[in-house]
Amino acid sequence: MARLRYLEALRKALRDEMIRDDSVIVLGEDVEAGARGMTTGLRKEFGAERVKDTPISEAGFVGFATGAALVGKRPVVEFQINTMIFQSFDQVVNQAAKFHLMSGGEFRVPVTYVFAASGAAFGNAAQHSDHPYPYLLHAGVKTVMPATADDAYGLMLSAIRDDDPVALFSPALIQGRRAEVPDEPTAVPLGVGRVRRPGGDVTVVAAGPTIPIALRVADKMAAEGIELEVWDPRSLLPLDRDGIARSVTKTGRLAVIDDANRTCGFAAEVAAFAASELFGHLRAPVQRVTRADVPISFSLPLEAAALPTAETLEKAIRATLAGSAS
Amino acid sequence: MSRRGANGAIGLEPELAISLYRTMRLVRRFEETCVDLVKDNEIAAVVHESIGQEAVAAGVTAALGARDYLTSTHRGHGHILGRGADPTRVMAELMGRTTGTNRGRGGSMHVGAPDLGILGANGIVGAGTPIAVGATWAARTDGGDSVCAAFFGDGAINQGVVHEAMNLAVIWDVPVIFCCENNLYAVTTSLSDMTGVPIIERAGGVGMPVTSVDGMDPGAVHDAMVEATARGRRDGTPSFIEFRTYRYSGHHTAEAATGVDYRSDAEMESWRRRDPLVTWPERLAAGGILAAGGKEAIDAEVEALIAESVRFARNSPWPEPAEVLDLAYAGGAGDGFPATTWGGT
Repeated sequence: MARLRYLEALRKALRDEMIRDDSVIVLGEDVEAGARGMTTGLRKEFGAERVKDTPISEAGFVGFATGAALVGKRPVVEFQINTMIFQSFDQVVNQAAKFHLMSGGEFRVPVTYVFAASGAAFGNAAQHSDHPYPYLLHAGVKTVMPATADDAYGLMLSAIRDDDPVALFSPALIQGRRAEVPDEPTAVPLGVGRVRRPGGDVTVVAAGPTIPIALRVADKMAAEGIELEVWDPRSLLPLDRDGIARSVTKTGRLAVIDDANRTCGFAAEVAAFAASELFGHLRAPVQRVTRADVPISFSLPLEAAALPTAETLEKAIRATLAGSAS
Repeated sequence: MSRRGANGAIGLEPELAISLYRTMRLVRRFEETCVDLVKDNEIAAVVHESIGQEAVAAGVTAALGARDYLTSTHRGHGHILGRGADPTRVMAELMGRTTGTNRGRGGSMHVGAPDLGILGANGIVGAGTPIAVGATWAARTDGGDSVCAAFFGDGAINQGVVHEAMNLAVIWDVPVIFCCENNLYAVTTSLSDMTGVPIIERAGGVGMPVTSVDGMDPGAVHDAMVEATARGRRDGTPSFIEFRTYRYSGHHTAEAATGVDYRSDAEMESWRRRDPLVTWPERLAAGGILAAGGKEAIDAEVEALIAESVRFARNSPWPEPAEVLDLAYAGGAGDGFPATTWGGT
């Protein structure tokens, strides 16, 4: 076991998989220099055929990755900025994600899209602060968002090995955190959640950058004797609904904290699932803590005001404990 | 190298010259039959006919080798059939049957076939071009000499992704032949209204050889492709070829019902006089390549094949509704995908 930072774990997973499988290649803007840290040194180790800088041409290189995948490569595409997905949206959701079905199963598209430093991170303003995973979930693209270095390692392995397109979000706010990572490749399967902190009073579903927030609130409320169960889906699609059900069946109360917009968001999906399938176990309305549906302002007080926080989560938890909507 | 003899004779190998006619005839009759089947609701929605443009499909596909690739468009039946897809299975695909090339999951705009290197027809204008570049690049890293014909129309020349794809092909030496079928209209809008400079001028700044060819002459199309594919195989150079052509039909089978009127009778008539289904066999006959009765024999063979395709498709089973999720993911869609419980709760 080695204690690695999240970003180092992603890099180790990518490198281990490139050693194991010659078909794995890396594409993206500034990946040769390793501008985002995930690909540092890979160009030197694996050569120009497997680590390629692209022009600033997102639709072009995403489509290129799809084509390479159709004939046997396993491309890993790194987006330098998470909102660059919008530049290539047709190529992701209308081409890569539909190719298998449209071809009647004749083709597979094993591509991994990595969104480096995703989400808001202190003053990047409206066009660089989104967390656009709900768009992908809605379009049916497999999507993971590890919260810790060990999961970053294991989910990266699974994403690369998967035969469908998989998006991996690497949130800026947690990329520097460290955890123990196995020396030998250990994949974390898609669609299996994890209890981050056990507790019997309220289930808090959190993911990625909201995990540290939920754990902080759990620590605080434990001092009052309120035990939160912090449950991390790790993979947003496929979603471990059975895991959510197990936790909510035990606690009877659910709050979801989600670092994305509210309308048709991930929290909305979890809340709808609980409302329709776990209604008999719920003792209070489900609470959603999300971003406001508004572009992120540059000015820091306004940025913070639009994001889910420990304070808003605590308020939501108290509301569910009181058995009323907040 | 001139492949044209005197007196309208054809410089191609006789067998190839005849096969170009056969392909064009197959595509023409296949699509005319599709039009009838759409009218009778045996094919759902619409199909985009390439009637008038068959010389491009025939000439381009005849120049490809077994390990080469192709990406097609919404107007792609000619490309698919020219490449050698089984017309019975393509017809079954258009009728949504399980025996179709893609189990009825793709339909007219999404035929794909790995064994033929057909990396999908595409319903989004220009979107197949980067896929063509990536696949061809990947195939060549494994030591092959593959090239790819990436089809798109004149409308796609204004799509950014086409220019992104062309640039990638140039900087990474990927021999994709960018095959622009210029039929002068993007749905109802004319090329000259929508594009500031001629197509080859637009493509000329990208950094690859650019040429413009008479798309009503399958021999000229083939010659241009042979030159481009040889260059590509040799040193990885991509090429851009504009094929000047015309569609005799509307943008799709439902156009007539809309009553749109954007082409003059005189213009259409002038292009009809150049119909390759008429002019090419005349040239073959004049050149002594097609003997008396030769054309009629091919036509009869094509008719039989079309009839068999329709019969096969009609007799093929529909997919079962319960199969709807089966191909959502390569690994199947099981627990954990919310849409697997889309009814009721």
